[in-house]
Amino acid sequence: MMAEMILLTIATAATPLLLAAIGELVVERSGVLNLGVEGMMIMGAVTGFGVALTTGSPWLGVFAAIIVGALFSLLFGFLTLTLVTNQVATGLALTLLGLGLSGMIGEAFVGQPGVKLTAIYIPGLTDLPFVGKLFFGQDPIFYISILLTVGVAWFLFRTRAGLTLRSVGDNHASAHALGINVIGIRYLAVMFGGACAGLAGAFLSLVYTTQWIENMTAGRGWIALALVVFASWRPLRVLAGAYLFGAVSIGQLHAQALGIGIPSQLLSALPYLATILVLVLISRNRRLTMINTPASLGRPFVPDR
Amino acid sequence: MKTRFLTLAATAAAIAFGTMAAEAKVKACFIYVGPIGDFGWSYQHHQGALEAQKALGGEEQVELAYLESVPEGADAERAIERFARSGCNIIFTTSFGFMDATNAVAKKFPDVKFEHATGFKRESPNVSTYNSKFHEGRYVQGIIAAKMSKAGVAGYIASFPIPEVVMGINSFVLGAQTVNPDFKVKVVWANTWFDPGKEADAAKALIDQGVDIITQHTDSTAPMQVAHERGIKAFGQASDMIKFGPETQLTSIVDDWGPYYTKRIKAVIDGNWEQIDIWEGMKEGHVVMAPYANMPDDVKAAAEAAEAKIKGGFEPFTGPIKKQDGSEWLKDGEVAENGVLLGLNFYVAGVDDKLPQ
Repeated sequence: MMAEMILLTIATAATPLLLAAIGELVVERSGVLNLGVEGMMIMGAVTGFGVALTTGSPWLGVFAAIIVGALFSLLFGFLTLTLVTNQVATGLALTLLGLGLSGMIGEAFVGQPGVKLTAIYIPGLTDLPFVGKLFFGQDPIFYISILLTVGVAWFLFRTRAGLTLRSVGDNHASAHALGINVIGIRYLAVMFGGACAGLAGAFLSLVYTTQWIENMTAGRGWIALALVVFASWRPLRVLAGAYLFGAVSIGQLHAQALGIGIPSQLLSALPYLATILVLVLISRNRRLTMINTPASLGRPFVPDR
Repeated sequence: MKTRFLTLAATAAAIAFGTMAAEAKVKACFIYVGPIGDFGWSYQHHQGALEAQKALGGEEQVELAYLESVPEGADAERAIERFARSGCNIIFTTSFGFMDATNAVAKKFPDVKFEHATGFKRESPNVSTYNSKFHEGRYVQGIIAAKMSKAGVAGYIASFPIPEVVMGINSFVLGAQTVNPDFKVKVVWANTWFDPGKEADAAKALIDQGVDIITQHTDSTAPMQVAHERGIKAFGQASDMIKFGPETQLTSIVDDWGPYYTKRIKAVIDGNWEQIDIWEGMKEGHVVMAPYANMPDDVKAAAEAAEAKIKGGFEPFTGPIKKQDGSEWLKDGEVAENGVLLGLNFYVAGVDDKLPQ
């Protein structure tokens, strides 16, 4: 029973990281570095909360968060892809803008209990001992995050469209020469990343903690960004990394509550250390890592006619 | 630094009506460490500022300005100096980490009054320090917890091992032990003031390990919501969080800065502001308990009795008190000195945790 509760807590901690990271992975595979994940996520959180609160429907909140996340990323896309601004600076600006704007939009929502997106319930299955709640009793976004990860892995490595997207990220000049619409594909990838970050934000304000507070993402967007790099741009490694991070985060809290006497500062740093260590070990084959790294990442593309 | 710099309408009105309108008598400025929308620490300071403005006659009398989410460190000094130059008569800096910056700017602007919350440095005569005895509220909470808990164990979500927080944990335990000498407290350090997700996870971990009361010294309402979902009781923090747990919140320690801000801004208007160092609690109305709820009448009576006792001058840190290792700290009837409390770095007996150093 306790083990099941702990696993549920881990899944809740890992889901927002996984969602944001899998979106960013697609963006980076197309050769664009968007450091605005935190900003898009917090915009999703405030939108999801606000729409759910005013309409009473958490699902409307989720959809609104996805759309706002995508639209917000479109701003980044327009600046970096059409106006060819610096991606790093623009991404940072997007994060700052998101944090400030969400605080302003959300002023009326502070101190309001929100609407919770309830977990699913399948009679019979959810009541199964040990695994019932874990497999058949979680909130819908958890299932979406898993399906999305598998879907992205399949899309990138098993479909022609996925190959095209990766080719754009690896060598945009060659892709362009082959007649591929580099900018168009990057726009779509950036918007997919924004939508995923928006969904991750909605998960925070509608499932994880049903409330709106300024800055509530508390750096999760940056952790997601780091996960993508340390997972060497592989979807299933991102999944492993997010769950490992979640597991160690929850594990250290339990270790503290048990009073085992390890300094809490060290325990708090453990999720970061463990995740980096494990993902670096997985990715230690330098040649494979080089193959997986999008070679055009962060480089601006101006088609010459 | 994120700036949502707001100068309220007083000056605008004065310009609009030319010399006809009276100038605001005083400009009071506030520096906050967090967003005013945190529904915790900075939120309560801002409520206090608004209350003071209202009490002193509104916008025509008191002009308010504030800067939120000011990081502790070099940026803080710039922010405070900017305020001092922009005509502020009194500047409140509301976080411990603004201590050195406040004193540095105060030396350059001897005509401006400075008020630093929770600090202890007053290097020039125009700097005052103020703080509240939150631990008095924790003592009352400890009594309620020990009466309400069936497991005999409460979970405590803590932020950083600074004296303020350690004092709160100790006071909570001392209160609980007056009811149940074997009462235990499990402590989890979140190592953050503010991360709703992490605070929620900490609450879940504590509940999974068998605690049936949750209390917190972090700033979000997330632990309250988790307690609500799991059907146990909890205490709020900094503001009244009853909306987040109508069947869950027993009470909450509410920081009420309004009376102090009113008094100090009024002193500037009246021209009798003087340097002070105050540390006040329930008696003076700086620490207020949210209405006692979700508890039987006898528990409520015990809580009210403890509150009355503290208002009558009782200090929770009154001996006999043993340290965690069993050695004697305070003899029977001996009261801890303020200086010792404000630098507290050890646990009293009964805390089930090792204090991070």
